[in-house]
Order: sequence, then C-alpha cells, then structure tokens
Amino acid sequence: MELSSHYLREKLQRDLEAEHVEVEDTTLNRCATSFRVLVVSTKFEGKPLLQRHRLVNECLAEELPHIHAFEQKTLTPEQWAREQPK
Amino acid sequence: MSGSLGRAAAALLRWGRGGGLWSPGVRTAGSGAGGGSGSGSTEHLDALVKKDKVVVFLKGTPEQPQCGFSNAVVQILRLHGVRDYAAYNVLDDPDLRQGIKDYSNWPTIPQVYLNGEFVGGCDILLQMHQNGDLVEELKKLGVRSALLGEDKDQDSK
Repeated sequence: MELSSHYLREKLQRDLEAEHVEVEDTTLNRCATSFRVLVVSTKFEGKPLLQRHRLVNECLAEELPHIHAFEQKTLTPEQWAREQPK
Repeated sequence: MSGSLGRAAAALLRWGRGGGLWSPGVRTAGSGAGGGSGSGSTEHLDALVKKDKVVVFLKGTPEQPQCGFSNAVVQILRLHGVRDYAAYNVLDDPDLRQGIKDYSNWPTIPQVYLNGEFVGGCDILLQMHQNGDLVEELKKLGVRSALLGEDKDQDSK
C-alpha cells in the first residue's frame, strides 16, 4: 500500500467532511510510515475525544496497519478558531 | 520516533520534579498470564483491565519503554504521582498484543484503562492531561493527582 500525506489528507477531508486537515509525515526521512494529523470537522461536535479518535481510526482502518506511528488531534471548527493566533 | 514526540516527552519531563526513580509500587505484570492463546481472550482481558484501577498496556515496561508513545504515557502517570498501576508489556506476548486491540477496538498501543474502562491511547491521555480532565478522572478513582500540590499528602501521613 502506498501512503502519502496527500492521500491521507484527501481521505480524511472527504470521509469526515472536514473543513481543515493537516497531515504531516513525521518520519525523519519522509518515508511515509509515521504521521501526525489534525482534523477539523463539525462531525466532532458533541462527541468526546475517544469517539472523535474512533472516527478517525475508522476512516483510516485500511491504512493504519501500515502506519508505524500515528498522532491525531481532533477539533470542532469552534475549537479550531479559538486555537488560531489572534 | 518523531521529533515532536521527543519534544513532548522532554516537555513533560521538565514539568516533573526531577528524581525519576520508579517506586516499586508499579507492577510490571509482563507475560505471567501463562502464555498460550488464553492471554488474548476476551474473558482474560476483561479480568485484567478490571483487576486494577489504573491499567496500561505498553510496548516495553514503565522502567524501559520501547516506544515514544508508551514512554509518554508512563511520564504522564508519573507527573500525576500515579504509582500504583498495572503495566502489561505487549512485546512479551503476541496474543496479548493483538487481543487487547480487538478487545478495545483500538488499533494502537499504548492503551490506558481507568476503572476497567478504556480511556484511549497516548494522544488522548496527553490531551486529558493538558485540559485537566485527567485530574478529575483520577479523583473519581480516589487518586489525588500530584499536580494538585503536595501539602495535603504530607499531612495525611
């Protein structure tokens, strides 16, 4: 399976109807086996952290077994707006 | 391991009050489950996560985590002064490693359980630490986080 930041971003954006997605390849040599993602979606509203992360895990269920390390942050648009530097 | 995780762990360590020696209270349960397919069975895991208030499944041991994410979990618990927890090393036991993922329907290690309930992995524990939820959850278990200060602990000796 060929993984790329671009591919993961597209998939998260599409399946989670995300309004903002950041995907960073966190491997030293950019060999696409470790990723850190930030997903901003209205789908997270009213959901506790565990459920939000489960949504992301489900979305990437096919890909995760091929990923060594995976960090995720899940925010609602409101939370995301609050995190922006003023 | 990612640089960010290293930084996170370093930041956590800076929070701590030095020291770094593990109290013997931490039980590294390891693979003492008798081996075989039993260690990954739902019944066995159910009993395992309910046996102790705080249970973690790690790659490696609290003394020697073999992965940055497992290390972060260990450091967060240390920061909160949680010493009495059960730690299971999934690297010792392939059945346990797969079994616990199936049990919680969660694809990665580490995994943290409070009062028998799955809480999440490293990211979730870290965010609970940052937003104060972890202090509250520990309180529900009757565990007073060390981050609340030590005065009262010293009085109650």
